[in-house]
Amino acid sequence: MSWIIPQISVGLSIASILLLVALGLAIIYGTMGVINLAHGEFVMLGAYAVWFLQSTLGLNLIACLPLVFVLVGLVGLLIEWLLIRHLYTRPLDTILATWGVGVILQQAIRLSAGAELRYVKMPDFLTSSIHIMGYEESAYRIFIFVLAVALLIITYLLIFHTEFGLRLRAVTQNRDIASCFGINAGRIYSLTFAYGAGLAGIAGALVSPLKSVAPDMGTNYVVDAFLVVVVGGVQSLIGTIASSYLIGQASGVLASLSNDTMAKAVVFLGVVVLIRLFPQGLFAVRIRRS
Amino acid sequence: MGVNRRQLLRGTAAVGAATAVGFPHIWIKNASLAYAAGGEIKVGILYSLTGTTAIIETSLNQATIMAIEEINEAGGINGMKIVPVIEDPASDPATFSQKARKLVVGDKCVSVFGSYTSASRKAVLPVFEKYDNLYWYPTLYEGRECSKNVIYTGAVPNQQQKEFVPWLVKNFGKKFYLIGSNYIYPKEENNVCKILLKQLGGEVVGEEYVPLGHSEFSAVINKFKATQPNVIFSTVVGDSVVALHRQYKAAGLDPAKMPMASLTTSEEEIAAMGGEFAVGHYTSAPYFMSHDSPENHKFVDAIKKRWGKDKTTNFVSEPAYFQVYLFKQAVEKLGKKELTPQAIREASWGQEYKAPEGLVKIDPENSHTYLWPKIGEAQADGQFKVIEQTEEWVKPLPYWAYPEQVCTPNGLVEKKT
Repeated sequence: MSWIIPQISVGLSIASILLLVALGLAIIYGTMGVINLAHGEFVMLGAYAVWFLQSTLGLNLIACLPLVFVLVGLVGLLIEWLLIRHLYTRPLDTILATWGVGVILQQAIRLSAGAELRYVKMPDFLTSSIHIMGYEESAYRIFIFVLAVALLIITYLLIFHTEFGLRLRAVTQNRDIASCFGINAGRIYSLTFAYGAGLAGIAGALVSPLKSVAPDMGTNYVVDAFLVVVVGGVQSLIGTIASSYLIGQASGVLASLSNDTMAKAVVFLGVVVLIRLFPQGLFAVRIRRS
Repeated sequence: MGVNRRQLLRGTAAVGAATAVGFPHIWIKNASLAYAAGGEIKVGILYSLTGTTAIIETSLNQATIMAIEEINEAGGINGMKIVPVIEDPASDPATFSQKARKLVVGDKCVSVFGSYTSASRKAVLPVFEKYDNLYWYPTLYEGRECSKNVIYTGAVPNQQQKEFVPWLVKNFGKKFYLIGSNYIYPKEENNVCKILLKQLGGEVVGEEYVPLGHSEFSAVINKFKATQPNVIFSTVVGDSVVALHRQYKAAGLDPAKMPMASLTTSEEEIAAMGGEFAVGHYTSAPYFMSHDSPENHKFVDAIKKRWGKDKTTNFVSEPAYFQVYLFKQAVEKLGKKELTPQAIREASWGQEYKAPEGLVKIDPENSHTYLWPKIGEAQADGQFKVIEQTEEWVKPLPYWAYPEQVCTPNGLVEKKT
């Protein structure tokens, strides 16, 4: 039975990165219905923001996190203001528009920061590894897990226990009627988009010391994030959690049984079958929408 | 049934091809007149300056240009100047092929220096074979190719591994875990590694390929922990190298007990991952920036002086540099004779040059290059310390793992065994 703990911990560490990356997308897609293909580039911007802050100001990764959230959130706000808000009535067009934004962001980074891989330093006290029940797990991966859970709780509280969240849920259900009740729907959408972008930025910042920082890094993450959101059900936070864990654990187990190339293919196949059987995702929320 | 459009096209193409084959002398005569016209030798430079592999290929472009400038400043070749025609194939094999055609047919270059990836080399090969031109390829690669229109100056598997694998077995042990990116190069290298291990009584405890660009190694690292190999033999490439090294260290593995032995990790990947993640791992290559020789000090200083203080050299930019000198010597040897790609190829066989890594020679048997394999241990400052070097140069054997096939000057020959 000695394989169980390593297996679960591999699954959890893949899942926590998936959750981090997917959370921002789940909120933007789930509440606003905007299919944001530039999400991967927000992740990439987060990673570059850390690299920039570290190499110019010499900041510690953890000190960078709030700054990265604000910076990438502001980029999100700007893009929402310039582009996305004009496309709310044309959801399909947002796919092309956000994809274009993604390409522009990627090339902008390539031109300004250069195309080479960048180095982001891991906080010193997290470079070691920790023994858990006879298994050695990287302290940094545990840190990612803890932060993923923390961000999830913050997001949950924001949506279900604040006035902003109440308004957001109202706008999600019926934008016109919510507006009649005096809710500034446009502002709610802007802030939500910025929040989602900021979360993606944090995700990028957190994965950067463990993986690599390159202009095209976002492409892989956006695919993973969409997998999670589609499998979990578009409007469900619980669904996002469950499907992150499911996909993470499945990838981990399959990679251990065969290899990562195989795992990737089989997970994709599984997702195809799942959305054939559950087009709304595993945790479809039944609400009335106009 | 009438002739449809596709059949008509096919028929017309066949007639066109037959005409071209039927009267080749017309083309060749025109071509030979143009080479070296007006005391200028035109050569093509075909490395990507944009796109995914732009960084490394830019260093190859710069090393090539620098060599040409040095040669021209020293008086050129037989009184003629080398004129480079620089193209940017944008990391895209189709563009490589298109630009190669332009250089060979349009610009009438007598040779072209180019390519980093095997995919781009395979893409230009038909062009050079069709027009019987000459391509100079500086990258270490998987071997198993034998084109009479290419001079290969990078290492092939036997040169990178024949000293390396026995050294690893002697110093660390016989259990190897083979990990690579999922494409042709790692698979061919691992074939060679497995043959060597079999001869040495070693054991492969795992062999695995991850998708290109893969960055999640937790499952792989668990397998390292479960199988406890003595050596992790890595042919992972690109940003995956960075992710693998970082996650290896974060998972608490120790290079002193289970080092990664790589054929692909260079100074550049180490700069991206941070020296602390690379310390204690090994790479086998014919050249490291820290190699101590007068030629290398001169080369490194020249690169920094010409292209900027922060520039580095690596095991691909060094061959990109010295192959221009081998080209020069071949042209020199031709003297006043007619300058054609075919004549240069034959004149280049057996040419020797004192390169930064040591004295190299183009093998007349297979147009690959005799090189000086070294083993480097990565240091915290991002450089390698050269800890082993072969006592003599190593002959290139592109078909080492396939004894029934032999590369000859006239192309590949199948041997009956």
